[in-house]
Amino acid sequence: MPEALQNDPRLIYTSKAIHEALDEEMARDPDVLLVGEDIGVYGGAFGVTRGLYEKYGRARIWETPISENSFVGMAVGAAMLGLKPVVEIMFMDFIALALDQVLNSAGKLHYMYNGQVTVPMVIRTPGGAKGGYGPSHSQMLSNLFVGIPGIKVVAPATARQAKGLLKSAIRDPNPVLFIENKRLYPQRGLVPEGDYTLPLGKADVAAEGTDLTLIAYSAMVPVCLAVRKALEPRGLHIEVVDLVSLQPLDVETILGSVRKTGRAIIAEEACLTGGVGAEVAALLAAECMDALEAPVRRVAAADVPIPSSMELEKAVLPGADDVVRTVRDVMSW
Amino acid sequence: MATVDTAAAATEVLTACFRRMLLIRYFEEALSDLFTRNLLGGTSHLCIGQEACAVGVVSALRDSDWLVSNHRGHGHLLARGLDPARVMGELMGKITGYCGGRGGSQHLCSMADRFLGTNGITGGGIPIGTGAALAVRYRNLDDIVAVFFGDGASSQGTFHESLNMASLWKLPVLYVCENNGYAMSNPVGASVAAAGIAERAAAYRMPGRRVDGMNLVEVRRHTAELADYVRSGQGPALLELTTYRHCGHSKNDPRVYRTRTEEAEWQQRDCIEQAAAYLRGLGLTPETIAALRQEAHQTIERAVQAATAAPCGTREHARGGVYA
Repeated sequence: MPEALQNDPRLIYTSKAIHEALDEEMARDPDVLLVGEDIGVYGGAFGVTRGLYEKYGRARIWETPISENSFVGMAVGAAMLGLKPVVEIMFMDFIALALDQVLNSAGKLHYMYNGQVTVPMVIRTPGGAKGGYGPSHSQMLSNLFVGIPGIKVVAPATARQAKGLLKSAIRDPNPVLFIENKRLYPQRGLVPEGDYTLPLGKADVAAEGTDLTLIAYSAMVPVCLAVRKALEPRGLHIEVVDLVSLQPLDVETILGSVRKTGRAIIAEEACLTGGVGAEVAALLAAECMDALEAPVRRVAAADVPIPSSMELEKAVLPGADDVVRTVRDVMSW
Repeated sequence: MATVDTAAAATEVLTACFRRMLLIRYFEEALSDLFTRNLLGGTSHLCIGQEACAVGVVSALRDSDWLVSNHRGHGHLLARGLDPARVMGELMGKITGYCGGRGGSQHLCSMADRFLGTNGITGGGIPIGTGAALAVRYRNLDDIVAVFFGDGASSQGTFHESLNMASLWKLPVLYVCENNGYAMSNPVGASVAAAGIAERAAAYRMPGRRVDGMNLVEVRRHTAELADYVRSGQGPALLELTTYRHCGHSKNDPRVYRTRTEEAEWQQRDCIEQAAAYLRGLGLTPETIAALRQEAHQTIERAVQAATAAPCGTREHARGGVYA
């Protein structure tokens, strides 16, 4: 935080903040390369890399054919030799095509080769549903990756976080899955100019409160902050903990908050079963049962694929109403 | 005079190759014996019969060239000159192994030897080697990467995706397919629609050659030619080596998918016997060859003893070291 305040913050889009992180890291370190589909003159499906091809050229921007498993595997091989590839997977659902290289190579090599290699690579990918992209372009698959030892997983909720965390991810010697969100790309936030980093593995208390803790990440953070604001006039003081890092979890911040408030709800965009929410709930049950004044509850997407129709999409995604309803349940317990 | 010198040098190089082939053969036989006696866990894919492929290719490359291997990788490791005692230690799960027992047979890496790992996922090493070639190119080095895989892997998406990208970007990779006729039990004729593996190179506009993988001298010659081509910056190449594993796919393979007659025919073409005959032709005496065999046997015996005596890692060793 203090280092971030050294520079003048500007109100910019999250997508622009990510772009700045890529641009500045590429300028700082010639070993940073970009790998992915349509990331050249087109600038990426969501425009994040726009302009970088003109600036850094073909040698630094490896625009690939549609071959996810192989270009992720190539990034692993290049990282083993010391390069720092940043891979873009156009939609998070497409990472299924590269899962072998994520699971069996990126996540395992450092351990199984007994520390002889590091795999300093980043996979950036937008998860989450927005505006009817449909079943193969909308899922938040965070739950799949927190169960892969060897991969760090971060999911920023603000533009400022996105820039500072992506820089840290690029500089980290481990493979990092950097989960972006289609709903957050056009959200603006205050972002310092120039270089700053934010630590991987640290949660952020986005707003303080005393009565209940809403634990969220990615696009559910602004939803929870809006709920907090809406319920404040009724005398309810909600604390919002932004997990930021899903692997590892910042256990200390989570437990500290829930020990203070005695009540917890985890809100996420991934489907309910086997999610990050389940992991946090298990943590709370094991570590702060004595402090809990009500059962821990989860708000998540329904356990269904994301339907295409925008009306149906709304019906399966967790929204502010679901969070409010659950807050009432927990407060009246 | 010049021809005499060249012949002497050739004899020396081929004798060194023969030594490595013997080491591999006896290493694999020792493993087979350990499995039979239930002294090893897991499974292992032996390369008995394919020694000329490993040694022929690796000996024709520079020591600074990178290697990527597959599930049947002991030959490649020993051909590169890794210590048999430490390879055996890894297979036995010992702390003295190259990966401290975490990797085992199919996940064995030695960065000091520029060996980027055997790989337990069929076709999994192909993009890794291609990416290593990208890094080599990016740094303007004149090393190349040789990627070993089998006929089965040539039907994986990673094979086609990687060859496509390597060709588009003219990456310095030599793809080496050891076609031993069977992907586990599935014969090549039932799994590859092309006339052969080498023919698949044409689709990616790179040279593809099929070479007798039982003939050490031929493997070396063609590898050297293709390595020169790849090193010159003209792009990748695909070398198909026709070979045979005299043993099963892994332990407990009853080999019901092939006939004993076929096996006997390939046994007649055994690469080690062929290499021995070639060396005798160059003037090596039967006594010298017998001595080389004896020496290789002893090296492997000592490797097994050293690995057997070595300790396993601790519980902390097993549970730590996931993140750098």
